[in-house]
This record gives sequence, C-alpha cells and structure tokens, in this order.
Amino acid sequence: MATKPLVSIVSAGLSKFGRREGLMCRELFAEATKEAFERCPNLDPIQDVEALFVGQMGESYEHQGHTGPTLADWSGLLPKPAIRIESACASSGSALRTGIYAILSGLHKVVMVGGVEKMTHRTTAEVTEYLAMASDFPFEQWNGITFPGLYALMATAHMHKYGTTEENLAQVAVKNHHNGTLNPKAHMQKEITLEKALTSKMVASPLKLYDCSLITDGASCLILTAPEIAKQYTDTPVHIIGSGQASDTIGLYEREELTSLKAAKVAAKQAYKMSGVTPKDVDVAEVHDCFTIAEILAYEDLGFCETGKGGNLIQNGETELGGKIPVNPSGGLKSKGHPVGATGTAQAYEIYLQLTGQADKRQVTGAEIGLSHNVGGSGATSSVHVYRSD
Amino acid sequence: MSESHPFTVSSFYLFIKEKRLMAAKCSKCGTIVLPPKPMCTKCFCTDIEWIELNGTGKLLSYTVIHVAPEQFQSMVPYCVGIVEFNDGLRLPGIIKDIQPEQLKVGMELKTDFECEPSSTWPCWTRYYFKPV
Ligand SMILES: [Zn+2]
Repeated sequence: MATKPLVSIVSAGLSKFGRREGLMCRELFAEATKEAFERCPNLDPIQDVEALFVGQMGESYEHQGHTGPTLADWSGLLPKPAIRIESACASSGSALRTGIYAILSGLHKVVMVGGVEKMTHRTTAEVTEYLAMASDFPFEQWNGITFPGLYALMATAHMHKYGTTEENLAQVAVKNHHNGTLNPKAHMQKEITLEKALTSKMVASPLKLYDCSLITDGASCLILTAPEIAKQYTDTPVHIIGSGQASDTIGLYEREELTSLKAAKVAAKQAYKMSGVTPKDVDVAEVHDCFTIAEILAYEDLGFCETGKGGNLIQNGETELGGKIPVNPSGGLKSKGHPVGATGTAQAYEIYLQLTGQADKRQVTGAEIGLSHNVGGSGATSSVHVYRSD
Repeated sequence: MSESHPFTVSSFYLFIKEKRLMAAKCSKCGTIVLPPKPMCTKCFCTDIEWIELNGTGKLLSYTVIHVAPEQFQSMVPYCVGIVEFNDGLRLPGIIKDIQPEQLKVGMELKTDFECEPSSTWPCWTRYYFKPV
C-alpha cells in the first residue's frame, strides 16, 4: 500500500453545522478557515496559501454570486486567486479535485479547498425550488419533480427490483442520527427510533421526512500541499492516494439504470485503481446520504456489498460504528447536516479526523484507509477520494 | 409546425402544443434520442430527422410528491413517474387520472397533452401521462 500520494492534507476546518442565524456564507467560511489555521501553527496563511478553490451551489440563497474573492477576503487570503466551483451538492468534492489538479500541475504547492452554503433563512418551498435547479429544467423541474422526488423514483425502482424495504431506509436514518449524537458539530444531535422515522411526514413517497438530509448552514475547508513538503507543516498529514470523478446525464430519466449511480461507480473505479485500494481495504467511509436511499446505492456503487444487497448491509448493522465497514461516523448529511456546497470537503474533514485519531467518541479504531463519496444532483456528478494515514 | 424545425427542446414543446410527441433520429447511425439534440452524441453527425412516437409505454418508477415548490403547491399530493416508451425512449412527467395506490411499476400509460401553454416563461405546453 505504498502508493505515492497525489497531495497531502495538512490541516482542516469545519464550522459548527446547524441553523446559524445572522451569519452569512463569508462568516461561516471564516469560522472553518480559523480552525484550519489554528490546527497548523507552522503554516503562515499569507505566505504559504497560494490559491483558494471553494464549492458553493447557489446564488439564490443569499442573492450573492462571485463567492470566491468574498470568502478569500473574509479568510485573510487576498490577493490570492480564489475561484468558486459549482457542481450542485458535489461542489466542494469538485473543489477538492480542482485543488489536486492545481498541485499536480506544479503551479501551486499549497492551496486551500473548501465549501459553504447558507440555507436555513429561506422557507422550505424556496429551498425546494433552489435545490431543484440542480436537476433538469425542461423535463424534471418543469413537471414538478422535486429533488426528494428524484431520489424517491430511485427508491421505488430499487425496492421493486431488489426487495429493499422502507425499514431499510429508516435504518440508515437511525444509524446516522446515532452517529450524529457523537459529533458536537452535527446539526441534529438526537437519537431517533425506527418507529419515528417510519411514521414521519411523507415528502415524496416512499421518502419521509427522516429519509431526507437536513437544510443546514455550514462551511468546511482543507489545506492541501504537495506531498513532499507536508511534513514542514504537520507531523500527521493525511494523504490523498486516489481521486475519481465522473459525469452523467442531467436527467435521471436518461440514465441506463435508476437503481445505481453510474457516475459514482466510474469515479470509484478510478479512485480504487489509482490508489491500489479495494473496497474491503476501506476502514471508514463518508458517503453522500442526501436521502437514505442514496446511502444504500452508495454501498453498492462503492463495492461495499453486491448490487442489490445494500438493504441487507444496513439491516445487518455492518455499516454502524463497530461494524465491518463504518459508514458516515460523522452522522452524514442526514444528521450532521447538508449545507450543499460544504458537504464534499466536510466529508474529507471527517476522514482527516478519523485517520489522525481525532474523532473522539466516534473514532473508528485503527482507521488507516478512508474514502469519501460526494454526489451532485441526482447523480450527474460524483467524485470519490481515497485517503491514507501517514 | 414544420418537420424541418431545429432539433431543440423548444421545438419539442412546439410539437407538444400540436399534441405530437417527437424525438430526434440520427440519419447516419440511427440513434434516436429524447430530448432532441442538434448533434448526434454517438457519431457527431448533424444530419438529424424528427420521428413521431405513439406515446404509450410502461411505468418504470413513480413517486407521490407531497412537498412541492410554490408553483405546484396547489396540486399536492400529485403523482409523477418515468415512462419508457415502446422504442426504449423515456420521459418523466406528471401522471393524472389515477389514485396513488393504483400506481404499479410496469403498468401501461399513455401520453396526453394540456390545452394551454404556461402564461410565463418558457411558455411551453405540458404533456402528461394517464392510464391506458
Ligand atoms: Zn449518429
């Protein structure tokens, strides 16, 4: 497992996730960058950080575009180049990948990547409309198909084809809510019962309120360096050893299958091949559980189980903390929250904590290999990254 | 409407206004696509022709929407699904004249058309599905 790293993570930051009243994206992002700078006293932000790549989904939430320089300003990074990357809910997974491009190109040695979204000041109807913009306008949005609606179509198809049950979906919610109680930065730190999940209000059948991730405010960031200089900044870098990203049709209806995300499968294949890691080598994973069915699809697309067996994997408790392959120890998008643009690098933040032994009550003992899986829209973008401890 | 119209989404909806469901076929490699595209994305040929579909097909998947954006809130709860037409092409759409509990994967549906286009942008007429 001595694959040469692509880049190294020398520090990471995460704002508290939740309803952050009175704060704008710029202030949330500064909260994340402050943590990253404080974690890494050997790094001089002004001298060392050469560029910022930041994921953010939408201008509509704050009526604010041109986020790159704004966030650079509030983080003390002016006049460094600062570019916003948009791939819907996979925006900061794409920002991370862009940071890797920047370092591998040789143009930069140290960059910050991150993401942010401020959502909770909007009504549910407004957020529903803004999120739907990540789906196809002329056929999906135009016909009143919401974001939960798209994942509901995948859930109906998966249940029909493989016998996955509404209980399996609820089990994902129960697990991730439990993990969220162990994460002081999670939006909702509250256990839920299977009964409560199954009887919650219907959103888009069969998906109920507790099958949906949270509307959350938050920001996340990582400091990436060329691997050969990582030790100048920290004794415990985490190395990114595989990176994959793929695209698919914007419309769900055009895909070969409704029961798997091809972009995620392609991205995973690339990341596994690059890193020399196989699914069974992964000690801990953060996957894109924007809806509970999405976590079940992720198990299958990432090769944690056979196609169609995702329901069994959750049913048998194999993805719980202490299970064969713990998934979403942070609480996932389900209970940690899903400030859409922040999610990709928030997943990487959790893997960074896990592989440096800093995940406290939710620490996966002895974790050395981690994986993150970020999905944009209903699957038109997916990025997968594989990480190794030093 | 002329069959020589450009191979665009707008043309697709102009045909819908005439109660016709039209797809685009590549004259060179024969690939048929919905929505229409001005260039074949299999062989990159731009010699495309319109073909008309009969609009019947099978329901691949469905959901009943309970939480909707503003402009659909008056319809809640409403049924939507993805229909695969007989030639393998697919479209998503609203399913009318059906109770949610009657929805079944694999059931036959046919395409029908609204009478009026939307009064605001993009001023398209909607197609929808209903039981055969
Ligand atoms: Zn062709």
